[in-house]
Amino acid sequence: MKLTPAQSEKIARTVIWAAALLVIGLLSFIIVYILVKGLPVINVQFLTDNPRSMGRTGGIASSIVGTFMVTVLAIAIVIPFGIGTAFYLAEYTKGNMLTRVIRFSAESLAGIPSIVYGLFGFIFFVIYLKLGWSILSGGLTLAFMILPTVIRTSEEAILAVPLIYREVSFSLSATKWQTISRVVFPSALLGIVNGIILSIGRCVAETAAVMLTAGLALGMPTSIFSPTRTMAVHFYVLAMEGISTENAFGTAALLIVLILLINVVANTLVNRFMAKGR
Amino acid sequence: MKKFKEQLSGRVFFALALSSISALALITVFIIANGAPLIADVGVVKFIFGMEWAPSRGEFGIFPMVIGSVTVTLGAAVIGVPIGVCCSVFLAEFAPKAMSTIFRPAIQLLAGIPSVVYGFWGLIFVVPAVRNLFGGPGLSILTGSIILGVMILPTVISISEVSILALPRQYKEGALALGMTHWQTIYAVMIPAAKSGIVAAVILGIGRAIGETMAVIMVLGNAVSVPESILDPVRTLTTNIGIEMGYASGEHQQALFATGIVLFVAIMILNSFAQYITRRK
Repeated sequence: MKLTPAQSEKIARTVIWAAALLVIGLLSFIIVYILVKGLPVINVQFLTDNPRSMGRTGGIASSIVGTFMVTVLAIAIVIPFGIGTAFYLAEYTKGNMLTRVIRFSAESLAGIPSIVYGLFGFIFFVIYLKLGWSILSGGLTLAFMILPTVIRTSEEAILAVPLIYREVSFSLSATKWQTISRVVFPSALLGIVNGIILSIGRCVAETAAVMLTAGLALGMPTSIFSPTRTMAVHFYVLAMEGISTENAFGTAALLIVLILLINVVANTLVNRFMAKGR
Repeated sequence: MKKFKEQLSGRVFFALALSSISALALITVFIIANGAPLIADVGVVKFIFGMEWAPSRGEFGIFPMVIGSVTVTLGAAVIGVPIGVCCSVFLAEFAPKAMSTIFRPAIQLLAGIPSVVYGFWGLIFVVPAVRNLFGGPGLSILTGSIILGVMILPTVISISEVSILALPRQYKEGALALGMTHWQTIYAVMIPAAKSGIVAAVILGIGRAIGETMAVIMVLGNAVSVPESILDPVRTLTTNIGIEMGYASGEHQQALFATGIVLFVAIMILNSFAQYITRRK
């Protein structure tokens, strides 16, 4: 039996819609399930108490602080390098051998698994540079990891600035630096910030790389040289070693809420950036 | 002064732009310097194809882990690629405007969910489901493939969609004008034309699956043995590092770096291949 074109059209349409609905369904299911189980655990005490008896009881305050510090550090380190590379690629060169090597490196970095970043961060920052398991080692490792994301999103934002902006600026006898710092950068800022926000999300969600570089210490960090256990790592230990399913769900729910927030903010920015471009 | 600023800014941007090259070089050097001596000691063939992994006895063969990584990754591709490609066609061709404004952020969110959360969800739902439906311990290749299949969706969907949307409009219009149905146009004209992008998407998805650690650590069972069926537990290259790095030292630690080298080389080959395919045009 051979299908008529109309029949195959119908079947294909059904299959494709089914695949799309399946993905949306799965995503909602994972998120709603974690939130339903985890949100009731979250209260003021959970957010402000330090973990007690390995996290069996108590809250996750020290993990929240640790996650925050590692993330802020990683972002602060990556910003000049990522955005600088993007400006160099977009404004200062027209594809040559060097830019090809830079692009190849960035794309390769994007593909390296986080566990390999963890191995590298451990041997380079923790051991070789003697920084030990610390917020500094974790932040530096994450900065390496998110560098390609920041480069790519910033470059896209810079390239999205209409050429005419630059032409007008040059025609008013502005120099290249003046054009970039006063015309191109402000116009691309929303897009660049969007990339940074998505990178914040990656830092918060990362587990393997920070586990090997920031450590597993549960105490409240006092400086960037303190070891810490970020929320994602804490959640992993709680769940994997069966220490406390309840606190695991609470930590997971807080992670999901953060990721949701980050995505909402990033999307709002993108929509504004697009609207501005028109 | 103006000229000075001009020159300085150009140089600063140039110096900053070397960061990605230096980062890649540093990572490569330090991983290789710490793993290569052990591979040289054991011998490349014996290390990769050795069946025995017993760090306490100085036996370092990672073949069971290689098989683990390959099977779980293939399983993830079998599950994730068809669904992902269907979704990208959906986004590019079928989705009503309201649906695509929900769907795109949803895919981004799917990529943002921490891998440990996927692992946990797998442990709580997929493991018991596999155990009840198919038997076995539930911690298995199949379970890992399902979780990874979901996790590679964002990569497969977004890159395939971009390559479908990048096609010239005339392809579609020409096919429709010849009286082809919408599906015939997609199937016989658009997908073949977007093939290189879709292949790159699949390769990058496979790269993500091979490299994933935390999600599979929780659902694979982590047994160091060659699996006989997809319901057996396995250990992958990544989980081998993730599990043992916490307490390894000396030669054992070097062996984990050596495992990292194998992983690193595999990923670099896949990535270069994907970059080659997308640039060829």
